[in-house]
Amino acid sequence: MRRSFALLAVSALAFGGAIAGRAFPPPQVNDYVIAGDTLPRALADFGFFADSAGREAVSGVTSYSLNTPLFSDGADKLRYIYLPAGTEMSADGDGLLQFPVGAAIIKTFAFGEGDEQRFIETRVLLHRADGWTALPYRWDDAQSEAKLALAGARLPITTPAGEQISYRIPNKNECKTCHSKDGEVIPIGPKARNLSAEWLSAMVESGQLDAFPEGADMLPDWNRRGEKATTSLARAYLDVNCAHCHQPGGGASNSGLDLRWEQHDPHALGVRKPPVAAGRGAGGHTVSIAPGDPDSSILVYRMNSAEPGIAMPELGRSTIDHDGVEVVRRWIAEMSGTEITQ
Amino acid sequence: MIRLTIAALALCGAAPVFAETHTITPGEGAQERLQEALILAEPGDEIVLEAGRYELTDGLSLDVDGVTLRGAGMDESVLDFTGQQGSGEGLLVTSDEVTLRDFAMENPKGDGIKSKGADNIVYHALKVTWTNGPDASNGAYAIYPVESTGVLVDGVYVSGASDAGIYVGQSSKITVRNSIAEQNVAGIEIENSRDALVENNIATKNTGGILVFDLPGLPVVGGGNVIVRQNIVSENTTPNFAPPGNIVASVPSGTGIMVMANEKVWIENNLANGNSTAPLMVIAYTQEFDDPRYNPYPRDVVIGANVVEDGGSNPDFPGGEQFAAAFGGAIPPILWDGLSDSDRPALIVTSGIPGVSLNLANQGQSIMEAQPGPMTAPSEIEQWDMSGIGAPAELEARLR
Repeated sequence: MRRSFALLAVSALAFGGAIAGRAFPPPQVNDYVIAGDTLPRALADFGFFADSAGREAVSGVTSYSLNTPLFSDGADKLRYIYLPAGTEMSADGDGLLQFPVGAAIIKTFAFGEGDEQRFIETRVLLHRADGWTALPYRWDDAQSEAKLALAGARLPITTPAGEQISYRIPNKNECKTCHSKDGEVIPIGPKARNLSAEWLSAMVESGQLDAFPEGADMLPDWNRRGEKATTSLARAYLDVNCAHCHQPGGGASNSGLDLRWEQHDPHALGVRKPPVAAGRGAGGHTVSIAPGDPDSSILVYRMNSAEPGIAMPELGRSTIDHDGVEVVRRWIAEMSGTEITQ
Repeated sequence: MIRLTIAALALCGAAPVFAETHTITPGEGAQERLQEALILAEPGDEIVLEAGRYELTDGLSLDVDGVTLRGAGMDESVLDFTGQQGSGEGLLVTSDEVTLRDFAMENPKGDGIKSKGADNIVYHALKVTWTNGPDASNGAYAIYPVESTGVLVDGVYVSGASDAGIYVGQSSKITVRNSIAEQNVAGIEIENSRDALVENNIATKNTGGILVFDLPGLPVVGGGNVIVRQNIVSENTTPNFAPPGNIVASVPSGTGIMVMANEKVWIENNLANGNSTAPLMVIAYTQEFDDPRYNPYPRDVVIGANVVEDGGSNPDFPGGEQFAAAFGGAIPPILWDGLSDSDRPALIVTSGIPGVSLNLANQGQSIMEAQPGPMTAPSEIEQWDMSGIGAPAELEARLR
């Protein structure tokens, strides 16, 4: 049976489920759809939300936030995890929480304040028996339904900074470009070091996390960056925005640049490291990081561009994150180059 | 489960029974239709690009094993990325056993076709070009397989790349043949790779024709076991237009075949004409480095019989003109920096082709400190066993 037939079969099932849901409240997440091998055509097929507008999470769907978030053209992000009844996550030091099969991670991207807020897309990561699957869903103009956008999409958006951009909803493969290690799809966000101690404690208390992770809550709160140390902010920013590709086994492993929080070798982090395949992305500079000289550092040059072929990250943004550039610029300016800490 | 069974059968070579062909036409929605086909394809499937021009806004990607992407010919099916708004390349392949053939790609904003960790890939009869000619704002690589085992590049045409037209990096079991690389900074570059065969190509009007490099600090180091034979390496005198900062930005205009670091490179039966810096250049890595795994010296680079004409007349480095004048108007065909590892010769010249040594004393020393003089090199070496060099034979079968 080909996938197109499977798609039909599942939408029929989901349709049946929706009718059943109306008859027997409260609504529940459709575990069969998460664990199956299909590509559900509508976000509603999963049953993560009680309302068609995707605002009211059902039981088992828990919201969370990150200390330092990934920049996505200034989009607001509403993040949730879902765990099937009777399952729990397990802690793995300060790294990614380990999710049981059947779990899902849900992230809605929105622009606009208050009543003006509009949902653009919701991305889901499904933990299936054969690994994680990443799928993008695009909200309609009426804000009543989000449909699978397998091949991605572009649409005009005004960012909070007032820039008019062509916003990119990633296609399924582009999801994997960032969400991959050693060729397998993985989550990126929910690392213990980037989650608040309060949230983690609550998850332990409710029986959804096996133990409070060591090394939790280490990354600084980006919203309070004025009070935080530059080094910590910059390392957190690079970890969250760059290291999913720039790490061994990641999408940019061949560059030899490793921007993970736990990396301490200055050369691996880019200090006096020549580029490998940067092309015009090098911007005439000879090293990724020139200690004390952000204006001669490829890292800053590429963060400070919105032009495809130069801009880093390659995916996920059409505008420059000026706050991020400022932090990394300051970090390099203050750097002596002999020792790198967090 | 049924689907998994099909996948398993397809990988066993029974694909034709179940394989499907998905035909894509140019026009409205081509971006989404083509990308969706690339996502939904299953092992053994073929995606056919009908003739015409496909105007694309975002990079394409393929992550399914065993898929063929086939156009109607490199002048017929054109993927046009002139209006590209996002991503770092035109097409990214991250799955194994993929065949790409018979289409063209124009003006990608970053690299052209990149395949990463994509084993046993075939690039056949493709054309990847930047239509404005040599320009620092062009993408870096036209054809860019990296971190892969089993790479066959056959019958492609590449031009305008601001780094290398055909670049194979951190890979092994490679064949690049029957291809034309024109007006790139580097025509063909084999970097940090092993068991590579570069044969029957034309590298012309690039800054450097064919480069075999090994660089420190990358996940894979230790390039070697490379054969460069029966290529025409002609008039590679385009001024270097690579953006500064990249290693190829230091390649002098007028370079024919150049080896930097590496062990065991066999260069034979090539025609090198009109390469004004040096038809054949063999040097150590030029920069400082901090990588205990890395050997910066060329070792056992064999220069067999090659036809060399009109080279070395205008070396593109400081003092080059006087240098050539001192040798009667053109330096000898082989240019060596004079550096070698302690126990192995940098190069062996079996053909009597004369050379010049810069007589540098230490790795990393500036060329300004050169003390040029006649080169001496051993002339005899036992023929190696070359049987393991080149792409696996099964890749060949896909061309039929």
